[in-house]
Amino acid sequence: MSAGAAVVERPSVDLAWFRRKQLRALAVVVAAVLVFQGCSMICNFSLAYAITSIPAAFVWMFQNFIPTAESFQYFSIIIEQTVSTALDSVAATVIAAVVGIVLAVLGSSSIGVEFAPVRAVIRAVASVFRNIPMIAWALLLLLSFKQNEFTGFLALFLTTFGQLTRFFLDTFDEIPGGPIEALRATGASYWQIVFQAGIPLAVADLMSWMLYMVETNIRSATLIGLLTGTGIGFVFNLYYTSFRYDTAGLVIIVTIVFVLVIEAVSNKARRSMI
Amino acid sequence: MDTSTQLLVVTGLGKAYQTRNGDKGQRALRDVDFTAEPGELITVIGPSGAGKSTFLRCINRLIEPTDGTVTFCGQDITHLSRGQLRPVHRQIAMIFQNYNLVYRLTAIQNVLHGRLGYKNVLAGSLGLYTEEEKIHAFELLDEVGLGEFAYRRADQLSGGQKQRVGIARALMQEPKIMLCDEPIASLDPKSSRMVMEQLRRLSRSRGITCIVNLHQVDFALEFSDRIVGLRAGEKVFDGSPAECTPDVIRGIYEGDAEAMVDVAVGVEKNGQVATPVAAAMGEAR
Repeated sequence: MSAGAAVVERPSVDLAWFRRKQLRALAVVVAAVLVFQGCSMICNFSLAYAITSIPAAFVWMFQNFIPTAESFQYFSIIIEQTVSTALDSVAATVIAAVVGIVLAVLGSSSIGVEFAPVRAVIRAVASVFRNIPMIAWALLLLLSFKQNEFTGFLALFLTTFGQLTRFFLDTFDEIPGGPIEALRATGASYWQIVFQAGIPLAVADLMSWMLYMVETNIRSATLIGLLTGTGIGFVFNLYYTSFRYDTAGLVIIVTIVFVLVIEAVSNKARRSMI
Repeated sequence: MDTSTQLLVVTGLGKAYQTRNGDKGQRALRDVDFTAEPGELITVIGPSGAGKSTFLRCINRLIEPTDGTVTFCGQDITHLSRGQLRPVHRQIAMIFQNYNLVYRLTAIQNVLHGRLGYKNVLAGSLGLYTEEEKIHAFELLDEVGLGEFAYRRADQLSGGQKQRVGIARALMQEPKIMLCDEPIASLDPKSSRMVMEQLRRLSRSRGITCIVNLHQVDFALEFSDRIVGLRAGEKVFDGSPAECTPDVIRGIYEGDAEAMVDVAVGVEKNGQVATPVAAAMGEAR
C-alpha cells in the first residue's frame, strides 16, 4: 500500500532455533514432573494409592447416600430449606449488584468520576472485599452476629459485593468511548450519560455477571449454612452428623437439582438479553 | 474585529498535547483563525494527523484548546465551566465517523438523545421525553428516510443508516452548527453521497452551518461553500472550491508522500483532481 515504508530485513534461516524451542518445552515438562515428585515425597502423598482408593470411596458413597423411602418423610423440610437458602443468596447477590453498579460506575475509567483518588479507593475496596474468602467472612461475622440467617446473608453479600464490583469495573472500563463522547457533545449531563449510554451499553454483561454470582452463591450458601446453622447447609449437617446418610444424600440430590434448574433459568435469561 | 454578531469566530486556536512526563508535547494545532457564517458548508481537508479532528473538538471543547479563543454567537466559550457549556453544547451538534450511537438502543431512542441537553437530570436519565419531542423525533427519522426503522436496534442498521440516525440525533438538538468528523470515511460511495447531500440540504434549508472534516478531496470540491486546508496543525488555505486549485491541494498535502503521488498523477491526467484519485486517497487510510 505505501511505497515509502521501510523494508524490514528478513532474519537469516536458523534451523537450530526450532531445536531450542523443543528443548525448552521438554525442560518445562521435566521440571513440572520433578516438582510434583518432590512435593509428594514431602507430604507423603501417593498418587497410586489415591487413584486406587477412588472406586472404593464411590462404592461407599453410593451404598450409604442413596435416599431410602424413609428419608422422603423429610422431603418437605428439605425443599423448604433449599428454597429459603436460594432466596437468601438471590437477595444477597441482587443487593450486592446494586451497590456494585454504583461503585463501578464511579470508579470506571470510561464514565467514572474525574478525580483519580476516588477511582483508586473504589478499586482498593473492591479488591479487599473480594480477596477475603467467604468462609473467613462467615467465621468473623459469627462472632458478632451469632448463628442466624443474617450472618450468612452478610457473608454472601460482602464477598459478592467485592467480586461484582470488580467484574462491573472491567465491564464499564470496556464500553466504547464513542457514544459517551457523542452524548457529551449533545450537552447531556453526567448522570444522563451514565443512564442513557453507560448502563445500556453494559447492561447485558452486568446481568450476566450477576446471574453467574447468583448461581455461585447458591452453592456457597450451602457451605455457609454449615457454619451459621441455617438453611440447607444446616439440614445437611444435621442428618450427616447423626449418621442418617440416606437423608443427607437426599439433601445433596435436591441441592444439585436446584442448582441445575437455576442454571438453566439464568442461561435462558442471559440469552434473551443479548 | 467585531465578533458579537458573527456565528462562530475562532482566533489563534492552538492545542499542545502534553507528554506523559509533563514535557510540552507535539503541537496538534497552531494559531488557527477561522470564522463561520450561518448556513455555510465548510469542509476541512488535510493529511492524516494534520489536526482536523482536534480542530473540530476544540470548537466545542470536547478537547480543551491550550491557546486562543472560541466565540460562539458573541459569547466567549473558551473558559466556560462544564455546566455553563451545556446550553452551548446543545446548539453545536456533532456527527462522527463511527456514528457513535448507543448501539444497544433503538434508532428512535438514539434520536431522542439529542434532547438530553435540554432536559433536567432526572427526566433525561430516565428517558422521559414529552409527546412533542417524541413526535418530532419520528418526523426527523422520516426526514432522513428511516421512519420504518424507528424501533430497530442501532446495531442492526447498515453504516449509512447509522449515520443518518446520527444526523437525526444532531437535528433533534435544533443546532446552529453541526460539526461533522469524517462523516463518510466508513461509508461506501453511494451512502457517502447520500450523507453529503443531506448535509448540504440542511445547510441550505435550515441555515445550519456544517463544518465537515473530509479525506475525500473530490467530495470537498463538489459540496463545499468553502474549503479550509490544514497542514501540520496550521491553516494553509481558506477559500472557495474554485480557488482550491490542484496546486493548492498539492500544497496542503505536501510532505504526505503517499497522497502527493496520487495528487500528482491525478493532476497530470486531466489537469484537475480526478475522482478516482481522490477516492484512492480516501481508501489509502
